Amino acid sequence: MAAPRMMQGNEACAAGAIAAGCRFFGGYPITPSTDIAEYMARELPRVGGVFIQMEDEIAGIAAVIGASLGGAKAMTATSGPGFSLMQENIGYAAMTEVPCVIVNVMRLGPSTGRPTSPSQGDVMQARWGSHGDHPIIALSPASVLETFELTVRAFNLSERYRTPVIVLVDEVVGHMREKVTLPRSEDVKAIDRIRPSEPPEWYKPYGSSPNDVPPLASFGSGYRYHVTGLHHDSAGFPTDRVDEVEPWARRIFRKIKGSVNHIAQYETDGVEDARTIVVAYGSVARAASEAIRVARSRRRKVGLLRLKTLWPFPTRVIGQVCREARRVIVPEMNLGQIAIEVERIAGDRKVRRVNRIDGEMITPQQILDAMEAK
Amino acid sequence: MKRGEHSAYAYLRHSKRFPHVWCPGCGIGIVMGAIIRAVDQLQLDPDHTAIISGIGCTSRMPVYMDFNTMHTTHGRALAFATGLKLARPDMHIIVVMGDGDALAIGGNHFIHAARRNIDLTSVIVNNQIYGMTGGQLSPTTPFEMRATTAPYGNIDPAFPITDLSIAAGAAFVARSTVYHSQELEKYVRTGLETRGFAVIEALSNCHTTYGRLNNLGGAVEMMRHFKQASITRKAAEKLAAEELEGRIVRGVFHHDISRKDYSTLYREIQEKAGGAELANERIDSMEMV
Repeated sequence: MAAPRMMQGNEACAAGAIAAGCRFFGGYPITPSTDIAEYMARELPRVGGVFIQMEDEIAGIAAVIGASLGGAKAMTATSGPGFSLMQENIGYAAMTEVPCVIVNVMRLGPSTGRPTSPSQGDVMQARWGSHGDHPIIALSPASVLETFELTVRAFNLSERYRTPVIVLVDEVVGHMREKVTLPRSEDVKAIDRIRPSEPPEWYKPYGSSPNDVPPLASFGSGYRYHVTGLHHDSAGFPTDRVDEVEPWARRIFRKIKGSVNHIAQYETDGVEDARTIVVAYGSVARAASEAIRVARSRRRKVGLLRLKTLWPFPTRVIGQVCREARRVIVPEMNLGQIAIEVERIAGDRKVRRVNRIDGEMITPQQILDAMEAK
Repeated sequence: MKRGEHSAYAYLRHSKRFPHVWCPGCGIGIVMGAIIRAVDQLQLDPDHTAIISGIGCTSRMPVYMDFNTMHTTHGRALAFATGLKLARPDMHIIVVMGDGDALAIGGNHFIHAARRNIDLTSVIVNNQIYGMTGGQLSPTTPFEMRATTAPYGNIDPAFPITDLSIAAGAAFVARSTVYHSQELEKYVRTGLETRGFAVIEALSNCHTTYGRLNNLGGAVEMMRHFKQASITRKAAEKLAAEELEGRIVRGVFHHDISRKDYSTLYREIQEKAGGAELANERIDSMEMV
């Protein structure tokens, strides 16, 4: 273990990226994410990587995908308005199955909103922001240390599943400072994409493979192939054959949904005999923890399910945890984007929403009030 | 077949890719031929050469060519190429775009790529119209000409591609037409040899939309126009402004290699920061299998 130090969530994110092997950052300044770009501008050239400030967020994510196809682990970081601009190319990364990490330090929207105020308003945009059906992975950390850990994990998942991965950090976590002890870089487990081992003339960048994730060759490594945002066949060439289009779409969903048990991470606290379950994520989960501590001191049977992975949605876990409960509380800094998903699974159990969309944090008292309400 | 003789054939993809999508008589294939011959003359290693495009008729070009090829999103080809170039400074990268792709939706990326002087060879096939979507106004459609979205005549002035490129900082800027295929080939070659941002404007015919909407005839008539209406830069210098009205001036408009390209400057940053050795190791590790 390295020495403990005070660190900000955004710094931990950048440090996690470098520890995971990120060697390219392309982005555009935007509050409250800019600390990540500044850290990368300073640190990447020291480790042989490249930082570039692009002309806008569209170019940022485009450069990231280009760099990743060149074999570099690559990342961009932004906030709401920039995240909106990136959506088309995030879809391109999903379509072409190019690993990359997009960090969105969520601020209050819509539009310019309140740039320095926290929010969790982009949860559904992370899921469905780009046009067309496509799977996505999105993670959401609740602490500075976890921001480091989940950024490492975001890279590992993107490399393993050949997919864009989104890290949804809320502004509270991004700008919060905590004492953390980061693991030494040699103790960080970094996963690299599978590269082809067959001769170039046999290589199929979108072929079938046992785990539905075909190997990815880097440009310039002797495998010459085609990458396109058009629907493509196993060789990467455009196709409009129905027997190629749909199987491809089914495969990219299968590779993510079929591994939901591996991808979805969560923590539970006292859910076994709880009458009331709080489902929370990000900084709100910290308020929920405190609310639960107070409620237990009043002998209430309450438990916490904290989601670290938001997409793919951990449907099975929600179902299991909520089975014995009478009531589920979902506090969020939005108008119920995860609550909708929970309601879908909770059946006839009462789901109570606790929402804030005024740019202020949710307090433990608000969650306690929801527990006490009839 | 050996490279160097009957060269185009050796650089095309033979599995599944033909016939191509372009209309009979389209000029885009001529530009593709010029690029292939330029690559062949320089004996660039196809494994270390990438062709990147955006969206549109011209952007369908890479799929036919046996290199590392990327067909990206509309207008963003240069931004994708910038990322690849910085991750792999050892690669030769050609970016092919249409006029709408490069200068309307991609205009911002275009001026910034030129400003950075990043080592990319960009070829803009300028047919002065949106061909793939059926003949809408482009940023290079001449004043008063017709498009399906300018049925009463265009009131937007056309972007002068060469002036724009020079002002934005490109290292090499040239223009020719699809009638002058050998000249195009020479300019693409110079672009590839130039360490910095190169722009080659290739005026091309879209008789299917632009020609039809403006009564310019078919492919043959439009090609004849490129032959008859165009003059070299040298000849143009002797003419008065009014005599140049309606003429197409061909030639090299700018060639300045005194400014360092972006990858070279970033390399110096890595040296300053102490990471140059690690950068070498990283790039070496991505080398051939």
